[in-house]
Amino acid sequence: MRLFFAILAVALMVSTAEHLRPVRAAAGEEPAGAEREGYASPLELLLSPDGARLYVLCQQSGDVRVLESASGKTLRRVAVGREPRGFALSPSGDRLFVANSWDDTVSVVDTKGLGVTATWKVAAEPSSVVVDRAGSQIFVANRIGGDVAVLDAATGEERKRLVAGDGASYLAISAGGNRLYATHIYPNLGMHRTPPESEVTVIDANAGRVVERLPLHSVAGAFHIAQSGDGRLTVVAHVQPKNLVPLAHVEHGWAFQNSITVFGEDVGRTVEVPLDELDRYFAYPFGVAIAPDKSRIYVTHAGSDCVTVVDVPRMLRFIHGHPGSFAQDLSASANYVAARIAVGKNPRGVALSRDGRRLFVANRLDDTISVIDTPTNRVVATFALDGPRTVTALRRGEQTFYTAKYAFQGQFGCSSCHLDSTLDRLTWDLEPDGMGVDIVDNRLLEDLRGTEPFKWNGGNPDIPTECGMRTEKYFWRSENYDSRTLADLAMYVRSIPLRPNRWRMANGELTPAQERGKAIFERAADKFGKPIPEGNRCVSCHSGPKGTSQKSFDVGTGKATDRSGLLDTPQLINIALTAPYLHDGSARTLEEIWTVFNPKDRHGRTNDLAKDELNDLVEYLRTR
Amino acid sequence: MKKALLALMFLGATIALQAAPPEMPRFRFENFTTAEGLPDNHVFAVLVDGRRVWAGTENGLGLYENGKWKTYTTADGLAHRAVLTLALDKRTGDVWAGTMGGLSRVSGGRIDSFTQLNSGLSNNVVYGVSVEGENVWVATAAGGCRYNTSTGQWSLYNERNTPMAEIWTYGVSATPTKVYYAVWGSGVLEYDQKTQRWDKYDDPDGENEIVLYKDQGLIHEIVTSVSYVDGILWAATYFGDSRYDGRYWHNFLTKDSGLPSNFTNQVRGLDANRAWFCTDKGLAYYDGANWAIYRSSLQDGKPEMTVRDAAGAVTAVTVSTAPAHNYILGVDLQGEDIWVATAKGLSHGMREPGGANLHGITHISHGGNRK
Repeated sequence: MRLFFAILAVALMVSTAEHLRPVRAAAGEEPAGAEREGYASPLELLLSPDGARLYVLCQQSGDVRVLESASGKTLRRVAVGREPRGFALSPSGDRLFVANSWDDTVSVVDTKGLGVTATWKVAAEPSSVVVDRAGSQIFVANRIGGDVAVLDAATGEERKRLVAGDGASYLAISAGGNRLYATHIYPNLGMHRTPPESEVTVIDANAGRVVERLPLHSVAGAFHIAQSGDGRLTVVAHVQPKNLVPLAHVEHGWAFQNSITVFGEDVGRTVEVPLDELDRYFAYPFGVAIAPDKSRIYVTHAGSDCVTVVDVPRMLRFIHGHPGSFAQDLSASANYVAARIAVGKNPRGVALSRDGRRLFVANRLDDTISVIDTPTNRVVATFALDGPRTVTALRRGEQTFYTAKYAFQGQFGCSSCHLDSTLDRLTWDLEPDGMGVDIVDNRLLEDLRGTEPFKWNGGNPDIPTECGMRTEKYFWRSENYDSRTLADLAMYVRSIPLRPNRWRMANGELTPAQERGKAIFERAADKFGKPIPEGNRCVSCHSGPKGTSQKSFDVGTGKATDRSGLLDTPQLINIALTAPYLHDGSARTLEEIWTVFNPKDRHGRTNDLAKDELNDLVEYLRTR
Repeated sequence: MKKALLALMFLGATIALQAAPPEMPRFRFENFTTAEGLPDNHVFAVLVDGRRVWAGTENGLGLYENGKWKTYTTADGLAHRAVLTLALDKRTGDVWAGTMGGLSRVSGGRIDSFTQLNSGLSNNVVYGVSVEGENVWVATAAGGCRYNTSTGQWSLYNERNTPMAEIWTYGVSATPTKVYYAVWGSGVLEYDQKTQRWDKYDDPDGENEIVLYKDQGLIHEIVTSVSYVDGILWAATYFGDSRYDGRYWHNFLTKDSGLPSNFTNQVRGLDANRAWFCTDKGLAYYDGANWAIYRSSLQDGKPEMTVRDAAGAVTAVTVSTAPAHNYILGVDLQGEDIWVATAKGLSHGMREPGGANLHGITHISHGGNRK
């Protein structure tokens, strides 16, 4: 523990020293494309069955690096698709399957020849893949569809899709191979302003059926999941957002809680195990590994740049000695956390050697792999991946976006709500103005240029204002950004690219239903021939390529809890991905915007539409 | 001498035929009511998934598993307490439940509900549902819908884009080649999956709602249920039933078949020749030539099974049990057993020795009405 704080102090000094450097990047400076391309951004790790090779999935460079696990020497780079997010080895280790989240493909890599032998088209935003024990089926978690596809491992043919949690993203197969576990990063769609609910989807791997859904109450954002070799202990890393109370109580710990949930025969029930401490938080628990002898659980904290080591026997003793929930007891972690090991920036996936003595950690935002000697809990080597050594302004901005160090006690960072630089599908009470006032839905950050102003009330004219003092004061309640850090952060936020739209046809044309919907979107007269005032046409406010006039209006969706009736016109880009809708997230689906919340036609003339016409409008909007 | 011998043989055969009615499946019925844990005695639909039996009732969705009932209600996310129709996605094991307040998907114990407000569903009153591949076809009080589970797209079918004169769809049967809708007052709608075109079957003269000359066409416009299997369409109405092979129609009426009542709530085709008919006067099974009726006697209420052979001869078979009520709303098969939804309970018909196998039939996608 002392070591951790020593490293933290050094990091703080370095950070302080950076503050003294001249500001080179001004707010809003355009990022150079090459800067984005150059970094590896290692996200996930795998060891070959013999342990000799370390496969590194590199998100930004779009490749798999094959390293000697002993030395870190790069043997080969195998190019795969865009933004690969998950990968898995076949049981024999002869094939590597890579989920390319932006291409909607799975690359099949021959690990002998180290080349891609096939590329299979799969569903939208594949994020994780596992292979069954027989090597005959592969399972792919699809984030956009919230499902798990079952594919033929020989041909890639999709056999079926199973309903998982919203934003299905991470998979693990049981020790015996008969069960598959899936987690998801967005809460399942629930009623407005109710605690988020998530699940671990349990799938019969042989029958290809969902057999159980283990509830994760109050959880939104569940990441990696792992099971012990004897199958008796399963661990999932997740966060518990406190989004129903005003974010005015950061100093009281009411922002995020970082935990693991454990279940299985060793536990006897499903138990949330907090990892935070009373005065220090460990944000964004992401990667998970269990030691072969089940003595330790390792959890990476992507926001806190460290690995938590949980002593399993002590944890189990604590659990069995506390039959009730201790999920909110931040003093509990002292009973089972054995160590916190500082690693690189934004640590994500982990791989544990077969003997459990070496833990490899992918540090996404400094392009390194930390090698931890587990008997001593010390980093004994750091492998630097090939790539630029210069840390660009854009890269620094991304590091700022993902760190929790600016928040009081390190509780959370930008990426805690904007998971993977997107959103969390939650509504928040951000202002310190009392309970339940100005509830706001989280908005997408992709392709923000031309969508100013920001905030639902349109109060922030630009990103530096949005991300600067206001954030520091109301969110972090801690140290301020220096001007360069803020400029870097603003540059990164402006650079977040737009994910491909999955509803638009490849040739850019619209389907007949989408065409009909477009006509409704652009119409100037209703079905009875009565002119629609310009201000009440969809296309008037949601104008331009991003679907916003950048102005504020009162469209009759205000609530008694809002302080202002005027609301910023939200952009429409990738709107299909951003449920719930309206400024306070009260519309759970696009349909509800009009079927429930537009009784007087103030949010566009829509009450003349038949149901199939409204469906056409929705189909068109999904293409935006 | 020869002639006399032949005459004797013929007489003997006739006597033998009269003495031995056709072997039809016999069942011992075990009946479930609220006393046994059924959510409600008014059972609109029954669905078998291996060892699990789902019951759509007026007061929740019941699941019978390992000898126990579990009830899903609106508190669990069910769209409405009255579950009118059920369908199984055999690939995933998900159950789709049509209710009086929307369409619900039951998947691994989680229920997601689709309504006319939160989704593209055309109407909350869902009478029929049928799963075909990644598509869920729905029959509602305001037309048909197709929900693509992969893309999330809803396609609606109504008087504006199909030859549907009425939009009160009462049942749907979807297969990879054809989709059929039972339309209340508008005959049968046919959708060709390949050509993506609609066709329609009405009573032949188009004026009287009911067929005037037997076997000329669909027997009546008020169609309550359709079932398409092995290239054969079975259609039920409140005025008799029909079988259509793509060229010829055959009508079934009480006066000239073994149908116990012309008022048929659901037809469930097993294959090209065999079907179950759920009527207001008992459950009927047709094996392509002979009929069996399972019910309580209309005279004294005692359990009754009758067999009607191809020649019209009716024989009573001694039985000690009958379905819970003669008003039958649905039937499904569990191997050689049957499960029967009735107006006063759910019945499990356990197969007894004798008769041709029901098992081994081609599993079909079927749709039924519920009222």
